[in-house]
Amino acid sequence: MFKNPEELKYTKTHEWVKEEDGLWVVGLTDYAQDALGDIVFVNLPEVGDEVKAGEVFSDVESVKAVSDVYSPVSGVVAEVNEAIVDDPSLVNGDCYGAWMIKVKDVSGTDDLLDAKAYEEVCAQEA
Amino acid sequence: MELKTPLYDAHVRYGGRIVPFAGYLLPVQYEGVIAEHLAVRQKVGLFDVSHMGEITMKGKGALASLNHLLTNDFTKMPVGKVRYSIMCYEDGGVVDDLLVYKFGEEDYYIVVNASNRHKDFEHMKKNILEDTQIEDISDSVAQVALQGPQAYNVVRKLMKEEDIPMKYYTAKRDVDIAGMNCLISYTGYTGEAGYEIYTANENVEKLWDLLIEAGKEFGLVPCGLGARDTLRLEAGMPLYGHEMDETISPLETGLDFGVKMNKEEFIGKKGIEERGEPKICRVGLAIVDKGVLREHQDVYVGDEKIGHTTSGTFSPLFKTSIAMALIDKKYSALDTIVEVDVRGRRLKAKVVELPFYKRER
Repeated sequence: MFKNPEELKYTKTHEWVKEEDGLWVVGLTDYAQDALGDIVFVNLPEVGDEVKAGEVFSDVESVKAVSDVYSPVSGVVAEVNEAIVDDPSLVNGDCYGAWMIKVKDVSGTDDLLDAKAYEEVCAQEA
Repeated sequence: MELKTPLYDAHVRYGGRIVPFAGYLLPVQYEGVIAEHLAVRQKVGLFDVSHMGEITMKGKGALASLNHLLTNDFTKMPVGKVRYSIMCYEDGGVVDDLLVYKFGEEDYYIVVNASNRHKDFEHMKKNILEDTQIEDISDSVAQVALQGPQAYNVVRKLMKEEDIPMKYYTAKRDVDIAGMNCLISYTGYTGEAGYEIYTANENVEKLWDLLIEAGKEFGLVPCGLGARDTLRLEAGMPLYGHEMDETISPLETGLDFGVKMNKEEFIGKKGIEERGEPKICRVGLAIVDKGVLREHQDVYVGDEKIGHTTSGTFSPLFKTSIAMALIDKKYSALDTIVEVDVRGRRLKAKVVELPFYKRER
């Protein structure tokens, strides 16, 4: 079973997001990191870049394949997690701790799911 | 509908992640590609390669047929040896690459790629000479590959010393492992020492469990197709459909060692000659920028497209991305800097020597 913490919101494309002190924190879900396998490279945007809900903001490479990561929200990148660029395996180890970006000035969101609805998405794809 | 190998249940039992590959359901990984890859480099790993095809060739005409069908020369091959070869079309394009085992003057055993098996058999049937009998026995034969520096210590627990092939590219048939009749060769597709063991379908799950158990003390782990691919790539070993296909001649992809152009005749000899001196060659690429090279990416020097990658991955051993590429020979000198189009981004890579990895003997 995949871990999907109750306090987070999710996208159908396997990103998680939470609002924290006015910033929206975005990362990859347990299902996503497991499906990718050993993550070896993370390509992140730069602080100040604009992201749009439902559009690609990053790509993540595992040994096997490359995968796009979609932003759950529209806004401006306030922080990027350099730690996962230096050590991408952090995402496999703790995907809910190893966030990817924090977004400010959020003007809208994608259709976000709660943990229960997201679990059903995972069940359908598994 | 994909087929299951006789080890399907074992893969599920051991927690393998099952994917379709070459018409079969096989595990792409168990614990993870990197862990499995490093286990094979440092200790030992076990792979299910039952999807591979096995074809027997027998009869008074077998040797002549092999020499006609294949690019290598089998004339002076000793019994008990294994030899790599290419099988070409008349125009010099590659039908498949394969291994030939010799067990007697009129008794050969050929191992081919899973996805080419039917095509290969038809090509052979059409082109064998007289007094040659061939049979596709793939459906009754299972195969496992035990690979890594500790492989010998694992088989030593299960086999008589004299039944273990001691030299690279040699094989023994009708050897006993726990009451099961097996064929074992000192071969592999990882760049490590190790064995490939063939047995009847009904034996193989027991063989798998025995090897896992015997290997525990040596750090053996079951491995999936993911690690098989990264291991063979580091070892610079070609894969059909990537480094070669029906449009590429074996000389263009750097397999000269398996092509005996001084042989009187073989299918494809004329075609290869007519192509002339190869204008492209296979090189190793190591990434300079950050990112991961993959297959089928265009390679550039300046504005000129000079070729494409044929396989690419992140190397678990070197912790950086490596690729093989077929490029214009002009740019193949070591240390040449090229650019690879990685999803619209031009990433710098350097031409390096193949293989990327060579084990110490």
